[in-house]
Amino acid sequence: MQKRHFIDRAIKWLFFGAAATSVLVLLGIFGMLLFNGVKAFAHISLAEFFFTSNWNPSAYGEPSYGILAMLASTFLVTLGAMLLAVPLGVGAATYLAQVATEKTRLILKPVIELLAAIPSVVVGFIGIVMVGPFIARVFGLSNGLTALNGAILLAVMSLPTIITVAEDAIRSVPNSFKEASYSLGANQWTTLIKVVLPAAYSGIIAAIILGMGRAIGETMTVLMATGNALAMPRGFFDPVRTMTATIAIELGEVPYGTTHYYSLFAVGALLFLISLVVNLLAENLAGRYRYKL
Amino acid sequence: MSKYIHTILIGGAIFAFSCNSNHRHVENLMIKGSDTEVNLALTLAETYMATDPNISIAVTGGGSGAGIAALINGKTSIANASRPMKAEEIALAHIQGVNPVATVLGMDAIAIVVHPQCSVQNLSLQQLGAIYRGDVQNWKELGGTDEGISLYGRQSNSGTYVYFRDSIVHAEYSNQVKQMNGTAQIVEAIKNDIHGIGYVGVGYILDKNGAQSKGVKVLAISRNAKSTPYLPSELKNIDSGFYPIVRPLFQYTNGKPTGQLQRYLQFCLSPEGQALVKQNGYFPVSEIYWQQNKQALNLAYAKATLH
Repeated sequence: MQKRHFIDRAIKWLFFGAAATSVLVLLGIFGMLLFNGVKAFAHISLAEFFFTSNWNPSAYGEPSYGILAMLASTFLVTLGAMLLAVPLGVGAATYLAQVATEKTRLILKPVIELLAAIPSVVVGFIGIVMVGPFIARVFGLSNGLTALNGAILLAVMSLPTIITVAEDAIRSVPNSFKEASYSLGANQWTTLIKVVLPAAYSGIIAAIILGMGRAIGETMTVLMATGNALAMPRGFFDPVRTMTATIAIELGEVPYGTTHYYSLFAVGALLFLISLVVNLLAENLAGRYRYKL
Repeated sequence: MSKYIHTILIGGAIFAFSCNSNHRHVENLMIKGSDTEVNLALTLAETYMATDPNISIAVTGGGSGAGIAALINGKTSIANASRPMKAEEIALAHIQGVNPVATVLGMDAIAIVVHPQCSVQNLSLQQLGAIYRGDVQNWKELGGTDEGISLYGRQSNSGTYVYFRDSIVHAEYSNQVKQMNGTAQIVEAIKNDIHGIGYVGVGYILDKNGAQSKGVKVLAISRNAKSTPYLPSELKNIDSGFYPIVRPLFQYTNGKPTGQLQRYLQFCLSPEGQALVKQNGYFPVSEIYWQQNKQALNLAYAKATLH
């Protein structure tokens, strides 16, 4: 009796330890980013960092540390990706959950999830040799290394996340909702638009936000496909350099302990905060998505 | 249960044996840095390793800045750099107890490439600088068609980026320059961009027989508006010093190289090594840098910098 009791307790603590580890790692990463990032502001004013748009730490003359252009770039690419991926993703999820036969669904779903397995460097390469030149030809640009190129690629990369989570949300709408709708004489389309999708609303929003988190944090693809020009982008046809690309480009060469080094941590901390907020938002909404009967 | 213990024991014995069997001392050298030099360094290292089984050389790229940072942080034996170390990098190295010593491995000419349909044939160094500063934004101003110029360059971890800025642009790059992730991407982008212009190491666009790779056009460059423009694709223009954009390729070590490291560097500068340099599309070390190499690899005190 005593022994069983002890094993119970030990197992409980073991699992608590496993859960606590990931929390500790998360806190550790955030603490490290913040600890190093804050040091950057010993030499950079907050106003320069947040409100100027010129980022050039290894400059010919005076270095400058304004993140506005890359913040705008990150948002531009993510926004574009969502504009493309949301209609496609939610449409596909609705089809899979409500319209497709079980047999079709069993084939389609694993294939869609396979999309997530393509390495980002491969997607970036496709962006350089296929999507980019295609964009250039369609829109009459001299080259396709633009925010639009990044947006299209990121849309493809966030599709599996959006479809999987949104499909689960739509399928979790109780059958009784649909049955009630049909019994009132509504057809399949009306039932879908007026009953099922609104009922799964918060789950679909969570899916979109998770997909957005995927797009914000993606590095290799945008690094390869968007041209990385430092200028403030004026639209989807301009080259952009995102926050992730900036960190990836510069962290390899920066000497330890310099302002440049710490400033990259500050950018990283900001990026972490953005995706943290996005994920918390998704978590919060996803928790509420099951309709109460 | 004892079956498992046996398995583990045998496995452990095999592991221990495989670790110990190689008693001969193999010295490991790490070479890291310039992407311009990486193929050349690889060829040199492979050739040298074939002659000496007691040495193992690992070559990686990452850009000159990455190589120098690795040298400062004690993570590489040789840092390849296609630019001299900056004053602050040298200061930082001294703080870390690292004393960088440079030898010059060979010379590299930088070619200016455009799309084959580009209407411009040659540029002066001044025009090139103005293009990359963003002062000249249209091919019309250079005698071409009325089209905007689409600028391509490397990223700030590249030695070519720094060399080109400090020696040709003499100012900040225009913020319209698209920073490509490596030379290959610049060439790939220029092939598709009729209005594009980019800078790449000559070794990259010439094959072993000196023939130019297809899909891009190399511009002839003159020192100023009045002098004759020269093409880098003709070796005699570089050997004679007529082609104006030529830079030394450095190998930095911590302190004067000794032992295996010294023997490897001496191999690089031997007639055999320099032949490999030439075979890879670069040019043998020029006279002024021989003096510096002699100092670094022989007796006298070597100065760390080379500005």
